[in-house]
Amino acid sequence: MDANLILAIDGIAYGLLLAIAAAGLTLAFGAGGVLNLAHGTLVAAGGYLAVATSSGTWSSLAAGMLAATAVGAAGGGVMAAATAALNRRRHLDQALLTFGAALIGGDLLTTIFGPDILRPRVPAVLEGTVIVAGRPYPADRLAVLGIAVAIAVAGYGGLHRTRAGRLIRATVDDRGMVAGIGVNPRLVDAAVLVASGALAGLAGALSTPILGVGPDTADTVLLLSLIIVVCGGLGSVPGAVAAAVAVGLVQTVGVTTIPGLAPYLLIFTMALVLLARRTPLTGEVHR
Amino acid sequence: MSTAPTSRSHRTMLSRGRQWVPPAVTVAALIVVVASPDAYLQASISRMAPFTVLAVSVAVVTGHAGLPTLGQVAPYAVGAYTTARLALAGITAAPVHLAAGALAGAVVAGVLGAALVRYRGTVFLMLSLAVAELSATSAAGWQAVTGGTDGLAGIPAPSLAPVTPALVDDRAVLLYAATVTTATTVAAILLLHGPRRLLLLGARGNEDRARASGHPVNRYLWLVHTGAGAVAGIGGALLIHTHRWITPADVGFTTAAIVLLAVVIGGATSLPGAVAGAVAVLTVRDVVALSAPGHAPLLLGVLFVAAVYVLPGGLAALPARIRHLPRPRWLTRAPDGSSVAEPVARSMS
Repeated sequence: MDANLILAIDGIAYGLLLAIAAAGLTLAFGAGGVLNLAHGTLVAAGGYLAVATSSGTWSSLAAGMLAATAVGAAGGGVMAAATAALNRRRHLDQALLTFGAALIGGDLLTTIFGPDILRPRVPAVLEGTVIVAGRPYPADRLAVLGIAVAIAVAGYGGLHRTRAGRLIRATVDDRGMVAGIGVNPRLVDAAVLVASGALAGLAGALSTPILGVGPDTADTVLLLSLIIVVCGGLGSVPGAVAAAVAVGLVQTVGVTTIPGLAPYLLIFTMALVLLARRTPLTGEVHR
Repeated sequence: MSTAPTSRSHRTMLSRGRQWVPPAVTVAALIVVVASPDAYLQASISRMAPFTVLAVSVAVVTGHAGLPTLGQVAPYAVGAYTTARLALAGITAAPVHLAAGALAGAVVAGVLGAALVRYRGTVFLMLSLAVAELSATSAAGWQAVTGGTDGLAGIPAPSLAPVTPALVDDRAVLLYAATVTTATTVAAILLLHGPRRLLLLGARGNEDRARASGHPVNRYLWLVHTGAGAVAGIGGALLIHTHRWITPADVGFTTAAIVLLAVVIGGATSLPGAVAGAVAVLTVRDVVALSAPGHAPLLLGVLFVAAVYVLPGGLAALPARIRHLPRPRWLTRAPDGSSVAEPVARSMS
């Protein structure tokens, strides 16, 4: 039972990291209709930059986090500029563009950082363990969990209590109305893409102490994020957070308790959610 | 203007003539390759055939049924593993392989389609992504049939009939693969011609209206999905015939994504466009990339990004765009203002 508790904490930490990465993706889709397939590559870029920057001191760790966030934001800005030119084009054209960008970015990252899985050097305190519920638990994971919770709370506050956050949510609900009150919705789209890129970079930096970062990181994160975004309801941040935690739990607790079905578990869960959901998503047949 | 009718009919004749330019160029290029002494080139081209047939299958579902799909790798995989198993069991007749691949592909696509065609757009895409993941995972996990992650190698070459020698010569394999690819593509084009094409166009243009007119839209889409599964199954059989080995990576998410994007580059609703898109993607990934080892993703990414900006509407819209280019003044005395057919309506959203 205790072992499962530890696994559950792992799963929630993993889920919150995924939620930070996926929240921006779902907002960008909900607001501007941009499904950014380069999102996973931004996460990987953030991870690589954090690994390259942090050298075992607290200040370098902080610098790595900042650099990862900045590179994510810059990448988001590039995607915003690239997709803005495709206004009113099909989603498949966007997929072509953003998947192409992901391939280019992935190739550059592998060329610069090599094909190995890299882990950052974190301060010694984080290398140790702490006692949780009578069991040793890695300190770095606990720190990541804490930061992830803090970011989730800050993100919730930002979306619900600030003017910018309200504008974003309004754009998801009704673009025409946002334009009607004198705000250019395309500016909101661009801002959302930059912000979601920054969150992606940060999520990449945060996940490296636990998972490391390698050539597969981008694809894995993209796949999980897509599952989260769709299962959570396109454009819904609370839905994405719930789906992300569920995915995190399935990937840790589920896979350990039912190892025979491990490769199928997540896909089956997603298919079940999609087939059984009551509220129709965009593009579903209304009958 | 008295000259207008003649100039217009002249123009129609010209555009009719232009229709035959791409197939003629393709056939000419194939003849050159077949006649050339370069066996490596012939093998490279014939290895493009299965992916091309898969692209045609994806274009049928994505373009004509209007359902963007990553899931056609499932019937493709089943067709391939069925063929591989038949060949390893000593049944090497290629027609049997093609028929078995098509049947198995149609059955798999029919079963999957029964659940999938009720959905549209992003949800369909994500469910088809689940299908792609499942097919790769099953291919890796079902050791006894698929050989697991090691795949199946040393598959015997097929023969056209029990008495004829096995298809091992690169030139013979190329001729065979080109014939099957062309026949499958032409059959798909003919089956989706005329009223059926219009019916599907109407169904994806305004589905509610089509339903209101009494059309069982989902049944149409299921039929198209199942038929496309047969095409993908044939592609799977060709994969074994041209490569003679298979691994789960051949039928996974990456293949599914790249084939869908090749179809988008081709123009989504055009099956010859899908063939051209598939050949373009494979040429960049497998031929051009030889000059920059290890950087195939970079080149492929550049191709994708460039295609978005340079080729709106895909390769299929290219002839119409060339016709629309401003012509030198000495060629046209008076612009006649006749509307030139827009590239086929694009309805995906």
